[in-house]
This record gives sequence, structure tokens and C-alpha cells, in this order.
Amino acid sequence: MRAGGIGKHGIRFRAKHAVGALGLMALGLFGGTVQANPQPGQLNLTPGVTTYSHVPYMLNNVALGVCVVIGILVFGAMFIAMFRFRKSRGAVPEKWSHNTTVEIIWTVIPVIILITLAWLATDGLRQFSDTTGSQMTVKVTGYQWKWRYDYVDYQGKPLHVDFMSRLDDQSNATRQLNSGLDPWAVKSDGEQTYLLNVDHPLVVPIHTKIRFVITADDVIHSWFVPALGWKMDAIPGVINAAWTNINEPGIYRGQCAELCGQDHGFMPIVVKAVSQEDFAKWLAAQQKPAAAPAPASTAAAPAQATAQVAAAHATQG
Amino acid sequence: MAQAAAHDHHDEHHDEHHEHQNFFQRWVMSTNHKDIGTLYLVFSLLMFFIGGSFAMVIRAELFKPGMQLVQPYFFNEMTTMHALVMIFGAVMPAFVGLGNWMIPMMVGAPDMALPRMNNLSFWILPFAFALMLSTLFLPGGGPAGGWTMYPPLSLQSASTAYVVFAIHLMGISSIMGAINIIATILNMRAPGMDLLKMPVFVWSWLITAFLLIAVMPVLAGAVTMLLTDKYFNTHFFDAAGGGDPILFQHVFWFFGHPEVYIMILPAFGIISEIIPTFARKPIFGYKAMVFAIASIAFLSFIVWAHHMFAVGLPLGAEIFFMYATMLIAVPTGVKVFNWVATMWGGSMTFETPMLFAISFVILFSIGGFSGLMLALVPADFQYHDTYFVVAHFHYVLVTGAIFAIMAATYYWIPKWTGHMYSEFWGKVHFWNSVVWVNVLFFPQHFLGLAGMPRRIPDYNVAFANFNMISSIGGFLFGASQLIFLGVIIHCVWFSKKKATDRVWEGARGLEWTLSSPPPHHSFSIAPEIHDEELAHGHVED
Ligand SMILES: [Cu+2]
Repeated sequence: MRAGGIGKHGIRFRAKHAVGALGLMALGLFGGTVQANPQPGQLNLTPGVTTYSHVPYMLNNVALGVCVVIGILVFGAMFIAMFRFRKSRGAVPEKWSHNTTVEIIWTVIPVIILITLAWLATDGLRQFSDTTGSQMTVKVTGYQWKWRYDYVDYQGKPLHVDFMSRLDDQSNATRQLNSGLDPWAVKSDGEQTYLLNVDHPLVVPIHTKIRFVITADDVIHSWFVPALGWKMDAIPGVINAAWTNINEPGIYRGQCAELCGQDHGFMPIVVKAVSQEDFAKWLAAQQKPAAAPAPASTAAAPAQATAQVAAAHATQG
Repeated sequence: MAQAAAHDHHDEHHDEHHEHQNFFQRWVMSTNHKDIGTLYLVFSLLMFFIGGSFAMVIRAELFKPGMQLVQPYFFNEMTTMHALVMIFGAVMPAFVGLGNWMIPMMVGAPDMALPRMNNLSFWILPFAFALMLSTLFLPGGGPAGGWTMYPPLSLQSASTAYVVFAIHLMGISSIMGAINIIATILNMRAPGMDLLKMPVFVWSWLITAFLLIAVMPVLAGAVTMLLTDKYFNTHFFDAAGGGDPILFQHVFWFFGHPEVYIMILPAFGIISEIIPTFARKPIFGYKAMVFAIASIAFLSFIVWAHHMFAVGLPLGAEIFFMYATMLIAVPTGVKVFNWVATMWGGSMTFETPMLFAISFVILFSIGGFSGLMLALVPADFQYHDTYFVVAHFHYVLVTGAIFAIMAATYYWIPKWTGHMYSEFWGKVHFWNSVVWVNVLFFPQHFLGLAGMPRRIPDYNVAFANFNMISSIGGFLFGASQLIFLGVIIHCVWFSKKKATDRVWEGARGLEWTLSSPPPHHSFSIAPEIHDEELAHGHVED
């Protein structure tokens, strides 16, 4: 451990806290402006930036609210009991150990609450599982410890763009054991991006329904960007499908979420959402060096949420 | 119940010998349920500190951003070993130890039904854990693919064979322990100790034992397939050979979810003993409590895929497993409400066992609430594999299972040793534990909601503040457990205060009619059962 390291960061952390702890916490809990990427002091899920991402956010808020109310009632009753029925206050124990009416009430009420939550959740799940009508397909492949993106098609036309996406050099140098480098000094576009930045982000257009087909080449990974509202496992030999439709341009950061070996913590995901015009320009620039060999996996993936393709290994580009 | 009495005579020859046994004969060759119970508990405490030391390494590395102490691979070994040691070494053996000590005394039996097998099922464990822990010192290192051992990652480890063999041994030990407990409860009860007069703790262990017998072979099958995939060219989990990595997850969690309840049902039993004692009022809804445990046990077999919502299950499967999982909230809710109703109208005192039991009810419920949130599939797509899950299962297992084990220790140690523990230091231990465990785990909810994945050795600076708070809580919670050790050592060897037979004013049940400490063979003559002497003698509900 470096001498002074703790002190320096500790002070910075405390100063930051002193200035805006409450404000940050309020922001963290209720998300005043859309904070797509993790914020210091964040207390709740991000509402996300897509046409779907409010689903988990609202479901989380409703379920949390239900739990808080039940918790206040039950723990409240417990604390009242602990105060009123103390031996030191002369309480005499009663003999009853049974009351059919209250037992029925506290079985039925939770059932009604659960049915409501299940209805909300089922509705959200149906939205998520509908990958039809997409205007673009991106194939995501997890490797130890990097991601590969193949742009399969866009607006009905096949594409031949693919690249690897790795942890950025600055984070990589800083994260070495006892590197002596400061994680707070890793910045990109004014954000503190330590371990959340890559060399080549996934560039996608906004207001476009993008279907992801997700698989892996070696071990199981999981493609997770909180601002999109979901994660999906990347499994060798299996092709999973998911979709997103991003509302706002921005840079959205996530990480591999399934333990995949020693550098599991060091394979971030960066999605750069741009306007459709900017995306067209970016795409044209990518396609210029046409010498790049096309990836082989342009066969249409099944429309179901999951399709198991035993021969996926053979189709890796 | 005639066999019970016959068994007494059969066992009596032990009584003449045990006084002049040497140390080796007493502890290594023991067939006595109390000595074996003590062995289990001591082993569990040792594993609790070993597993805890791994947790300290994890929290130290996560104290601030940047890698300061260990290499990422070693960090993964620590998270894997922490889980394996705590689950199979600390929590499960502790419950088996408590069952060994208390079940014969609670049902009016002289000993366990199968005393020699009891010895074997304990003595397998030290070898199993020596084998597993030795991998940390061998070339190639220990298992680092998580306690869930998902292939293909777990097959990259050099220690697969060691870990699989160790798990087989633990499974054999658990199954033998479970058979022994079932045989004892079904065959050795004193005349008049009807099934529906048994303490809830005995009921919870009876049901848990059936769960163990049902699922330990499934785990053994899963890890054996890992072994043959790695060394014998099978392809159960290898897509290139026509197998499927997801198959492992289905088989593993078919074991794994009942396993979660194996670690919590006996805790429910313990809390159901302690709260009535210190509320001086019979448990509310005895039959409902037993039925709730049985329902939870049944449901545990049909919810396994809620650990796998993100693997890309078909829509119908996601919906089925979501609904089944949410159903568990109903019997669990009944249990919590019944504990509160037991306190209502009682005459409560707050000795250390009661403090742990009350904090169990509150903090386990918090773990239950986050469990309900995790059951909602679209929300789970955000929570899954983040620190929200880490917070959830530590509330259920630390402030749930482990707090119940600590409550049980304080509750029964005067009976075991014949001495009172230090109430002052017990309370110091309690308040330190309950404060620091929340400082440790509550902020992890926020980290998970903000998107921090679990099982990572380093993180973005946005996660720095809550990780530092969590680590401070972790160090102090860890240190607080040294107080627990001190209280136990003091009680066993140094306490001057003699315990009465009843120990607690409100205690009911056969175990409290024996002397403190109890005789070598608990009930050499089957006791006469007086319903008013039992905790649940008058059952109409
Ligand atoms: Cu990964």
C-alpha cells in the first residue's frame, strides 16, 4: 500500500461528501436528472435512457415501496410489543397462541400484493422478450477478457464491420498491482472512467430498435449496461437475444457481470449512442478499409428469446 | 415407542467406561451425541474464523479503488473459498452440531439412533476441508471460479479434482448426518412425545434432513460430471461436443436452492424456541409454523431457475419461476408475523439470545424483502450478479443463519457447560455485531443498484465511498467475533456462575428437565411426558 494514498483520497472523498452529501443522496434516490452512469452516493437504480429501461426502474421502486411499508408495519408492531410487553414494566404473559382471523388476514393480504407485483413484472417481461421489428442487429461475443462486436445488419442491409473492445490503456496501467497510479486521475470526456472505459466503444444510433445476439467464445460472460436496463449472459454454444432502443445520445458504461476468470473485473462495456446522421458517417468511415475480412456469422439468428446453436464455435469469424 | 426404552439398555455399558477415557478416546472415538455435537460446533467455529479471514482479504482489497494487496486471481480464490468454507464448513456443521446436542434431549432419547455413524459423519469433515484448503498452497492454486463452479470457467482451474473429491466427502457426511437425525426423530422419541408435540427446532431439522438427502446426491452428480468433463473426455457441459453449459446451472441450482433452505430452516426452528422462552408465552400458531416450514421446503424444489433469469430462459420458464419464487413470501411472511404475535402480550426480557433472535427477525426480513425484489424478473435483469445480490444473501445468511446460530449458542451454552456465560460481554458482542454487520452489508445494496458487479477485485471511483464504509464495517464485524470467542472460552473454562437446570425462567421442554450439564446419556430411562412441561404441549391450533 502506498503511504499517503488513503489520506489523499480520503480527504477528497470527505470534501466531496461535505459539500453535497445530502444533495447527492436525494439525486441518487430519485434521479432528478438522468444519471446514466454510476455516481458517487447513488442510492437507487438508474431510470436508464431507453424506451424499455423505465420498466425495471419503476418495478424496483414499486417493490421497494411495498417492502418499506410492510417493514414499517411489522417492525413497528414488534417495537411496540417490545416496549409494552416487558417484564420490567410488570407485563403478565397471556395464554393465547392462536387467532384464526388474523392468520387468514395476514395470509391473504400478502397474496393480493404479490399478485399485483407479479402482474406488473409479467407485463414488463413481455416487453423485454419481444425482439421483433428491429432495425439493426449487433452480435456481441465475450472473450477472456474483451468483447467483440459484429455489426450484422442495419436498416435491412448487411454490414461488415467488426472489432474488439478492450479495457483502455490508462485504466489498464493504473489497475496493475501497486502501480502507484491514481484511479481518480483516469478521466475521459470529463468523467471519471477508471475501469469503465474501452479502446473501441460500441457505436449505435439512437431512436433505432437494435437487436443484440449475445454469445461467448470461451467461458460464460454477461453483457451488462445499467442504462439500458438489463443484462444478458454470453454463453459459449448458446445465442441469446435482447434489444434496446436508446432515446438520448450519450456514453453509457457497464461491465461484464458473470465471473469469467482473473480479469473479470477488467472487461468493461461502453455504448456510444449518437444521432442517426452521425452513425451513418461513422459507419461509412468504418467501412472504408474494405480489405477487412467479413465475419462469417451473418446468418439470421432465430427470433426467439433464446436459441441454442451447438455449432456456434464453428461460426466464429 | 417401545424400541426407545430397549435402546437405553443396549447403550448403558458406555456409562461405566466414559469416565476413564483418555483425550483421544473421548474425542476421536466418541459415539456420544453431546461430544460429537461439541466437535461439530468447535469445527464450525474454526471454519467461521478461516472463512472470515478470507472475507477480510476481500474487504481489504476492496477498501479503495486500485489494486493494493493481492492479484486478481488470488482475489477470486478468496471469494470462492470464503463461500465454500462458510456454507459447508461453518453454517451447515453448526446446525448439525446443534441438532446432535439438542434433538435427543428434546425428544427424550438417550442418544442419536446411529452413534457410530455419527462419529464417522463428523470425522469425514476435517479431511474434506484439509483437502480443499490445501489447494491454496499447491501449484496452480485453489478453485477460483466461484462456489457455484460454473463450467467452462471452473474447468480451467487446476484444483478441480481436489474440490470435487472434497465435495463428495462433505456430501457423504451430510447425508449420514441427515439419516441419523431422521432415524432419531422418528424412532427414539419418548412415549407421549407425539410428532405434533415436538419442539419446532426438531420439526425444522426433520424437514431439513429430508432436503439434505434429496439434494446432496444431485450436487455429487453435478460435480462428478465436471470431473469427467475435465479428465475423461465427456462433454456434458461442452457445447463443442454437443453438451450445454446451462445444464450444469440447472443441476447445480436444483441442489443449490434447497441448500439455501437447509441453511435457514433450522434457524427458523431456533428462533421459534427462543422467542417463546423470553416472551414467556407459547409460540403463536404452532401448526402454522410447522406447516410453513414444510411449504417452504416443498417450494424450494421448484424455484431453482430464479438464479438463472439472465441465462436466456424461455419466457414461459421465466414467468413460472418468478411466480413460484414469489409464493415463498407467503409462508415466510406467516413465520415472521407469528414471531411478532408470540411477542405480543408476552412478558419479555432481553438477554443475549433474545437480542440475537429479535435482530434475526428484523434483519432476516430485510433479506427477505430484497429476495422478493430479486424475484421480479425485469428488475432482476438489473440486480442479477451485482452487489445487490451480495447484500441480499448476506442478510439472509449472516444476520439470518449465523445470528440464529449465535442466538442458539447463548441460549443453550449454560445447559451444555453448566455455567452461565457473561451476560455483559454477550451483550457487548451482540451490539457490536448488529451495528457493524449493517455498516458492512447495507451499503452493498446501494453499490448493486448503482451497477457494481459482484466478484470484482477493483472498481470505478464512483463506488469508492460505499465500499470504504462497507470495508470498515467488515473489519469491525470481524473483530467483534473475537468477543464471541472470548465469551465461549470464559463460559466453558472460567465461569464461576453455575447454571440452574431450567436456566431461563420461561424455558419449556424436556431438555430443561435434565441437569446442567446433562448426564452422559441424556435420558437413560424414557421420561414421562407432562404436556404442561413441553413448549407446545397443548396443541389445538
Ligand atoms: Cu467476462
